[in-house]
Amino acid sequence: MQGERNAKKYEYLYHIADAKFKAYGSTMEEAFENAALAMFNVMVNTSKLEAKELRKIEITSPDIKMLLAEWLSELLYLFEVDGIVFCEFKMDRIEKKGGVFSLTGKAWGEPIDLSRHRFDAQVKAVTLHELEVEQDDRGAFRVQVVVDT
Amino acid sequence: MPEERKDAASIVTKVNDYTWDIPMTYKPGMRVPGRLFVSQKLLTNLEHDTLEQTANVATLPGIQKYSMAMPDAHSGYGFPIGGVAAFDRNTGIISPGGVGYDINCGVRIIRTNLTADEVRPRMKELIELLFHEIPSGVGSKSKIRASDSELTDAFLHGAKWAVESGYGVPEDIEHCEENGFMKFADPSKVSEKARNRGKPQFGTLGSGNHFLEVQYVDEVYDEEVAKVFGLHKGQVTVMVHCGSRGAGHQICDDYLKILDKATRKYGIVLPDRQLACAPAESPEGQNYFKAMAAGANYAWANRQVITHWVREAFTRFFRRDMDDLGMNLIYDVAHNVAKLEEHVIDGEKKMVYVHRKGATRAFPPGHPDVPAVYRKVGQPVLIPGSMGTPSFVLHGTEKAMELTFGSACHGSGRVSSRAAAKREFYGETIQKELAAKGITVRATHPSIIAEEAPGVYKSSDEVVDVVHQLGIARKVVKLMPMGVAKG
Repeated sequence: MQGERNAKKYEYLYHIADAKFKAYGSTMEEAFENAALAMFNVMVNTSKLEAKELRKIEITSPDIKMLLAEWLSELLYLFEVDGIVFCEFKMDRIEKKGGVFSLTGKAWGEPIDLSRHRFDAQVKAVTLHELEVEQDDRGAFRVQVVVDT
Repeated sequence: MPEERKDAASIVTKVNDYTWDIPMTYKPGMRVPGRLFVSQKLLTNLEHDTLEQTANVATLPGIQKYSMAMPDAHSGYGFPIGGVAAFDRNTGIISPGGVGYDINCGVRIIRTNLTADEVRPRMKELIELLFHEIPSGVGSKSKIRASDSELTDAFLHGAKWAVESGYGVPEDIEHCEENGFMKFADPSKVSEKARNRGKPQFGTLGSGNHFLEVQYVDEVYDEEVAKVFGLHKGQVTVMVHCGSRGAGHQICDDYLKILDKATRKYGIVLPDRQLACAPAESPEGQNYFKAMAAGANYAWANRQVITHWVREAFTRFFRRDMDDLGMNLIYDVAHNVAKLEEHVIDGEKKMVYVHRKGATRAFPPGHPDVPAVYRKVGQPVLIPGSMGTPSFVLHGTEKAMELTFGSACHGSGRVSSRAAAKREFYGETIQKELAAKGITVRATHPSIIAEEAPGVYKSSDEVVDVVHQLGIARKVVKLMPMGVAKG
């Protein structure tokens, strides 16, 4: 489940009942995109999916960690209600204005087709447990998420 | 987080062979000690995080007696799975983190007049039929399209609504915890998003550890109580394990955000943000409780509708009518829920919000909340095994009221992660191994079998034995699986 060492987008960590992962990026936007990719890959191998359908997402949150949780939760909601399994993500921008964090992003995927898509698990929800958003000494971003499966 | 991860054994103090305490000195802010109800062996295998999470819960305002972990406890997020905690109605809190995302995930058992010997030769066909009749798995579509008003009714009246709509018989309601619905439910506290997620999934089993199982009574420990429950050796039973689906997940998600703000508003300091909470009687706390109750009712309605389809499938398959098949509901328990209950604490009767996250109610003989037909022997306590391992029916005791706020464990508890399971237990191999033991498994594909493989769980026998030895519930029968359908 690990990508190439230099360009590692995300990695899974041990969790007994659920799924825990770290996602990386040279920008906060990229780390958020990779977190979404990590979450959908808990459920399905996204490399075989096509970016056919687009959903635009806008979220405002009191803090950056909650913004991350809400971004992922919104994607889960669209997955269940619109029936789209997402495979590509583009975060236009994350910004802080007047003490509030907001993001605008896009997600692409294809309608769920059980004859072709093999789901290994279902992510039920994004938890706030051990939720982290960090920037390292070299300026790179790292986020950590535990999702309920 | 502690720098050095110590063994559970070096942190806890022994109370007796099945009871161990986490001292209040373990973590700053603990208001009561932690209490683990485990054997020496289960303690040795306990993850450090389970201990940590039990201690975290002990810091919450208004907690009574102990922050408890049942014998099957393992680490989760917020509360440990297998966590039980009661909070004073007036000085305590209520927390979605103490209930979890799958509100009223639960289990029910339906009896039959069929014998294992007559069902076994046709098991494969029967499981195939059940797999097709009861939608399961990611993205599965329900057979019914609930209207907006039906959804509201399910939120309000749970299994009662389902029965009144033709999915079952009146006795079913009497044989559910809370008579199949919590009266506190208020659908107006449920968001549009939760409705949108819940609507298409109403009447589906879901995925993960949810399943439908055909079992038989392998061993009877207590003939008298078994008779009261309508169980006898060699008899076939059906177990349904599922919850409130996307509706419950979204309700939890919505209120975590609201209570996260409330935590700051009321100046509550938390060791884990997932424990977001509000004073129990505050508007935020009560709004969550009313929405949670609606989610719980959705789950009872869901299990009731599925029960109806199971009965229909059996009637058609065996060409015998319902009465002849004797498919009565024995009982239905919730194992992810918060309840306002009366308990005796330090000799005084008190109203408390008991949070059971991956724990089952286990009420004693004579309790008014135990159905009249079972009142002499206590509530049926249903403990499912994992795929391929036995499940148990126990009965409630007075001891549980004394020790665990009338609670027992909810399953066997994980020892290994899902990802690890996929590496270690190849699905098709497990399917063959189980087949050799006479257990038919039908799943959407083999990796679904791998992640719920028997080897990823603690031994259900061992967990149930601790419950029995402690006396918080007593063994009545052991049920062995014959066929499993899961998504």
